[in-house]
Amino acid sequence: MRRSLLFVPGNSPGMILNGCIFGADSVVFDLEDAVSTGEKDAARILVRNALKTLDYGNTERIVRINSLKTPYWMDDLNMIIPAGPDVIMPPKVQGDEDIHRIESYISGIEKDRGIPAGRIKLIPLIESALGVEKAFEIAVASKRITGIFLGGEDLTADIGAKRTKKGDEIFYSRSRIVIAAKAAGVSAIDTPYTDVNDEEGLIQDAVLARGMGFNGKAVISPRHVEHVNRVFTPTEEEIEYARRVLEATARGEKEGKGAVSLDGKMIDAPIVARAKQILEIAETLKGGRLR
Amino acid sequence: MKLAKMSIAGSLESNDALITIQPVDKRGVELVIESIVEKQFKDRIEKAVRQVLKDYDIDGVYVRVQDRGALDCTLKARMEAAILRGKGDLQ
Repeated sequence: MRRSLLFVPGNSPGMILNGCIFGADSVVFDLEDAVSTGEKDAARILVRNALKTLDYGNTERIVRINSLKTPYWMDDLNMIIPAGPDVIMPPKVQGDEDIHRIESYISGIEKDRGIPAGRIKLIPLIESALGVEKAFEIAVASKRITGIFLGGEDLTADIGAKRTKKGDEIFYSRSRIVIAAKAAGVSAIDTPYTDVNDEEGLIQDAVLARGMGFNGKAVISPRHVEHVNRVFTPTEEEIEYARRVLEATARGEKEGKGAVSLDGKMIDAPIVARAKQILEIAETLKGGRLR
Repeated sequence: MKLAKMSIAGSLESNDALITIQPVDKRGVELVIESIVEKQFKDRIEKAVRQVLKDYDIDGVYVRVQDRGALDCTLKARMEAAILRGKGDLQ
């Protein structure tokens, strides 16, 4: 369950310390763009110590490492994997071969250090034209993959499009990511809304993403967490309707009816599937099990 | 073990600490702690700093800690980064 993924700069102790108090389902400790070249070493040590020491409760702990095209990613993994994060987020993933390289390296560290194999998951960040085209290939490249995440800013730079608040320029890519994720049975995570002061725009963007099938959205400001959580949480009306759908279906089955209707509308398999998804999310939230 | 050079890690931001370490021509640890919570936590800061120096077997060193309310895990991370930079192992 990842409605909101809050990015926190990996070299900022204050923000790392407070990362779990804003209610985000996941916190992403960023060793990539938020950390300058000269501070990569200090950031990975700080994040390692935070992972080993601080109690984040039910909040999922994700670490965004540096890309495979940099000299940093192996040092990042050597330092971070033994500290036991929940998820590693590799950026700028272009195809399944990138995932295989990362997975092989992580497995090597697990073996060397006696860490249970395969517990640490992957959420690849897809942010290039090639990555979008290979989204499904990436999503099924490893059993460790638990979601794929669209990065709109780098993507628009890569395709030469102008990034807008409305997001028409990434509509195809959003659709492609959702379809690839759902076909692979993993989460689809939407790009963050980068104007931290435009809360109305954020809500519209999150509503669009949820409507398209995304499971959650990255956020770069703690102020955005509450809005994104609300948009990705089923409303009371949705939960009530989902309950009634399942009740009607159960009643129909008991009475031996082939087709069931509710409020004058036919209840077919996709409606039942959606109702089950809504109730599953509601149950997860109710039980405080966010992962 | 002696450090190869002077080094710095951390910052003066809230919840952080700026660590300066420098090799000196005598044995032991010369430690200066400046903290906004010195009265309450000086002993704890000193313990964290000495622990990391011991872990890395560093001797003959001057350490200045300018603390801005860092947790132990942050202090230790900054000490470790400063030592590794001082040894010339990392960047």
